[in-house]
Amino acid sequence: MKSPTFAYERPQSLAEALALLAQKGADARPLAGGQSLIPMLALRLARPSVLVDLGRVEGLDELTLQDGVLVIGAMVRQRQLERNALVAEHLPLLVAATKVVGHPAIRNRGTLGGSLAHADPSAEYPAVALALDAEFVIQGPRGERVIPAQEFFLGPFTTALATDELLTSIRFPIPPTHSGWGMAEVARRHSDFALAGAVALLARADDGTCARAAIALFGVATRPLRATQAEQALVGRPFTTETFREVATLATESIDEPLSDVHGSAAYRRQLVPVVVRRALEEAAQRAAAR
Amino acid sequence: MERVPITVTVNGQTVSAEVEPRMTLADFLRDELGLTGTKLGCEHGVCGSCTVLWDGAAVRSCLVLAAQADGAAITTIEGLATEGQLHPVQQAFWEAHALQCGFCTPGMILTAVALLSEDANPSEQAIREALSGNLCRCTGYQNIVRAVQLAAERLRSSS
Ligand SMILES: Cc1cc2nc3c(=O)[nH]c(=O)nc-3n(C[C@H](O)[C@H](O)[C@H](O)COP(=O)(O)OP(=O)(O)OC[C@H]3O[C@@H](n4cnc5c(N)ncnc54)[C@H](O)[C@@H]3O)c2cc1C
Ligand code: FES
Ligand code: FES
Repeated sequence: MKSPTFAYERPQSLAEALALLAQKGADARPLAGGQSLIPMLALRLARPSVLVDLGRVEGLDELTLQDGVLVIGAMVRQRQLERNALVAEHLPLLVAATKVVGHPAIRNRGTLGGSLAHADPSAEYPAVALALDAEFVIQGPRGERVIPAQEFFLGPFTTALATDELLTSIRFPIPPTHSGWGMAEVARRHSDFALAGAVALLARADDGTCARAAIALFGVATRPLRATQAEQALVGRPFTTETFREVATLATESIDEPLSDVHGSAAYRRQLVPVVVRRALEEAAQRAAAR
Repeated sequence: MERVPITVTVNGQTVSAEVEPRMTLADFLRDELGLTGTKLGCEHGVCGSCTVLWDGAAVRSCLVLAAQADGAAITTIEGLATEGQLHPVQQAFWEAHALQCGFCTPGMILTAVALLSEDANPSEQAIREALSGNLCRCTGYQNIVRAVQLAAERLRSSS
């Protein structure tokens, strides 16, 4: 369980980090918190020849509110998100999601950007980013590009990032105040990866019906997904248990490539989907009502 | 392979060394500094037995490269006792029979120390959640939870 050998670089600036990635080619790998990459090295699932440690790169760990958008640097530690006052005020969903990402010792090192770039299909943050229509700011030798969450996650552990690019920040639009959020997951132990999970955001119209719905699933397919059929079926309907029950069953229709592994079969995970979706919707509806 | 120069404070003492990039903090502590109180169970982040404190916060030393720890202040189980006096959490583990083979104990104790430094009066649920990443194959956890409660009580009354 020891890693194979690799070289180690510790750039101080983004330009320096990008130059290293460009120069070392596909064998180089950025190192953020290391909470996924170091186990992969130990298990020899990854064999980069150079690690480019982002730990000292300036400007990647900022967290600011800009015109209704929370801009979070890729290197912001998960533990910081859990405790940041701006996040608590404007994006409590992100705090709730963070609390179930691994254990405190993992979150002390793990970063937001590392989790998103790692793109584990069972991870919480990718689904949160999808539900919130977050935008991913990417820097590379060809300059900056900004892509929507929908286009970032391509498959298991696969994203739209090229090997010479870095995710530098994530832009989370703050949901309108009259909306509510909910999150539910089923996992074997507290903080384990989910066997099925759902994130929901609901906006209520003046007549009490659903004005807008966003539902994202994780742990059930090879990448996080929006449950589009379920979302569409919910708009215009009243917030009742019957509606949620009915709509939740539709969520399984979005699963194109089901996830199946030793922790849970595809059939089992599929069975959990309506349960977690209904729970997330009920929680979101309560919060939308409480405002 | 080029070595990386690092300076780390371990249990209050400053140490400078040149390490191989792939060396984990756990191996550095154990093999270079002889601090074998830090245990290695899984070496890929799932058991928690290698937990140490990094600037006071719990981290898994098998999931950190020694090179990354440059500039950090690390506390291992060897650094908890002061002047021959066990740390209150160590004392409570002993008294509450919170260990059998003891392999998980350094990680459990350091995780508990980090928890109590942030939350002086954690609920049983909070203790269980904080320890959920640390595996014990012997005790069944009940006495570990009790030991943390006992230590919390004593730390509160002494401060
Ligand atoms: C025991 C345990 C339990 C866990 N439980 C959960 C859980 O329940 N839910 C969950 O979501 N996660 C869980 N994790 C994973 C954890 O959240 C990781 O911290 C996270 O997935 C990776 O973040 P990191 O900063 O450590 O990234 P690293 O491990 O450093 O990097 C991960 C990958 O992303 C790449 N990368 C990192 N940053 C960038 C960047 N800025 N630009 C481009 N590429 C980049 C790296 O090259 C690497 O391929 C768990 C981990 C452990 C060890
Ligand atoms: S040895 Fe580090 S977590 Fe198991
Ligand atoms: S006391 Fe033996 S593993 Fe915990």
